Amino acid sequence: MQPLAALASLWSSRRIPMSWLLLTRQPARLAVALAGISFAGILMFMQFGFRDGLFDASVTIHKLFDADLVLLSPRSSSSVSMAGFPRRRLVQTLADPDVAGITPVHWSLLLWRNPQTRATRSLLTLGFEPDDPLFTDPSLAAKSQVLTQRGRVLFDELSRPEFGPVAEWFRQGRQVESEISGKRVRVAGLVALGTSFGADGNLLTSSETYLSLLPDTPPGSIEVGLIRLRPGSDVAAVQRRLQAALPQDVRVYTKQGFINFEMNYWRDSTSIGFIFTLGAAMGFIVGCVIVYQILYSDVSDHLPEYATLMAMGYRLSTLLGVVAREGFFLAILGYLPAYAAGEGLYVLVRNATNLPVGMDTARAVLVFALILVMCMGSAALAMRRLADADPAEIF
Amino acid sequence: MSVDPLATATAPQQGGPSVALRGLSHWYGSGAMERQVLQGIDLEIHPGEVVLLTGPSGCGKTTLLTLVGALRQVQEGSVRVLGQELLDSNRRQRQRLRRQIGMIFQGHNLLGFLSAEQNVQMGSDLLPDLGYRARRDQAREWLRAVGLGDHLGKLPHDLSGGQKQRVAIARALASHPRLLLADEPTAALDSRSGREVVELLRGLAREQGCAVLMVTHDPRILDVADRLVRMEDGCLQEQEDMRPLVNATA
Repeated sequence: MQPLAALASLWSSRRIPMSWLLLTRQPARLAVALAGISFAGILMFMQFGFRDGLFDASVTIHKLFDADLVLLSPRSSSSVSMAGFPRRRLVQTLADPDVAGITPVHWSLLLWRNPQTRATRSLLTLGFEPDDPLFTDPSLAAKSQVLTQRGRVLFDELSRPEFGPVAEWFRQGRQVESEISGKRVRVAGLVALGTSFGADGNLLTSSETYLSLLPDTPPGSIEVGLIRLRPGSDVAAVQRRLQAALPQDVRVYTKQGFINFEMNYWRDSTSIGFIFTLGAAMGFIVGCVIVYQILYSDVSDHLPEYATLMAMGYRLSTLLGVVAREGFFLAILGYLPAYAAGEGLYVLVRNATNLPVGMDTARAVLVFALILVMCMGSAALAMRRLADADPAEIF
Repeated sequence: MSVDPLATATAPQQGGPSVALRGLSHWYGSGAMERQVLQGIDLEIHPGEVVLLTGPSGCGKTTLLTLVGALRQVQEGSVRVLGQELLDSNRRQRQRLRRQIGMIFQGHNLLGFLSAEQNVQMGSDLLPDLGYRARRDQAREWLRAVGLGDHLGKLPHDLSGGQKQRVAIARALASHPRLLLADEPTAALDSRSGREVVELLRGLAREQGCAVLMVTHDPRILDVADRLVRMEDGCLQEQEDMRPLVNATA
């Protein structure tokens, strides 16, 4: 009953909602303000969405691997420039009692010829022993058996359409053959992996076929070593142990470390993060300028009215509160259309690019916080104009 | 709930005058640009009294009004308004005092984005310890009292000049002031509505026991005053007691 009574007295002591009426009784000005804020919000949603989507997309494949620890060459810098290391380093890890299994993986970008247009384009090719587990997805084990025949590949049906209508033809029962690095291969099955930032398409094949496609590969050299641990092992402890035991020509990552390794490359070694953050910052600044202009001219236009209220005995803080609330209402009213448009545009982007762009709570909150800062900051600056409201001047 | 706003007015303070000016002087500018606008003004206004202030433009009437209205810092002399000395007052004290002073401006100064009723409620919102409904009912009551009961929801630009000025009167009285200051309230009105507005103002102020100080150039309304004060070059020239005349016509 206590909070109800408090609420009732609060309701009863309410005043005329001046901020709300100021906004809604000037619909043209409100519309311009909301258009500006929504535009800024949409811009921020798009830029942050692209940025996060690209970083997420860069690790589409990485997330699929069935591994607790991953060996990489220290010379590898990202999925598009993988260096080899001796395969025996991976075998050495079997000496550790916690290591349950390993999978050596060949990894490189190779040129695939579109069977329809004959144009070539590079896709990510992974070579592995068909009996070894590669992905956490269990359906791959059965499919990979077809790879034991030489010259057979599994094609990623989520690859971009530029690689040709491979999946379509394969489903129609046609025999799909094409060239990789000038060698003939036959598509023996389809998998669904997804494109990533560095690779527009993916291909799985056996180590044997891989080595025939790339005959210059040094013998016994692999690019990625997957290590699976016994259930209940301390992953971090095993990682430290292996790193200490192995020579400096390999590096041991956890699976998450492997994912971060790739994302950090795109974040730090390219301008992507900077470009999109800058784009979002531009949206923020444009929004600030618009909201400030709107609120400043609103305060200026109503200066005699504010001065009248001061002459009537209203406190300056009450008037500052009116402007602050205007900013708050603008933030809420401008955010809602920005959010809705953001959701819609994400769907468009997903359909057009296959990038995993979507709304997530953190970004929704971040953009709202930025819009709130934008509106409240502009309101705070516009309040300085209120200092010019001199009640002595209105008689 | 029925609220009679006319009955809940604060009683004027016992004894003393509502306004007491002693040796009030005021200057604008500084250094070589300094210009004295008020020179040793003495004036008293008692509760319920209607005082009209006339004089040529630029003689300091409006300055006097802003000083009495606690809108400006007093420079020299004593200004006691509703028992409070305004010499050396701070911004907060003046703001608090202004809550007890109703003001009516030449250009009505209504809030354009608020309806007539909401404008008047901006006045009654200054009353402490009254619920929203009570304040709204008071606002409506005041609008009926100035004859605008049918125009509650209209925005100021849908009202005529006389109607706007009547809304401004209702707003000034809605905060139950003990002193009412008006600066040429009839300036923008034709003679008939000007006359109506001033008589309404006087009538309502009398019922409230509220002192009125009104600046005017309008010779047609001088007879509503209890006392007429002329001002010239920053000095009070003469004080003419109009009471017998008013009583005779009433």
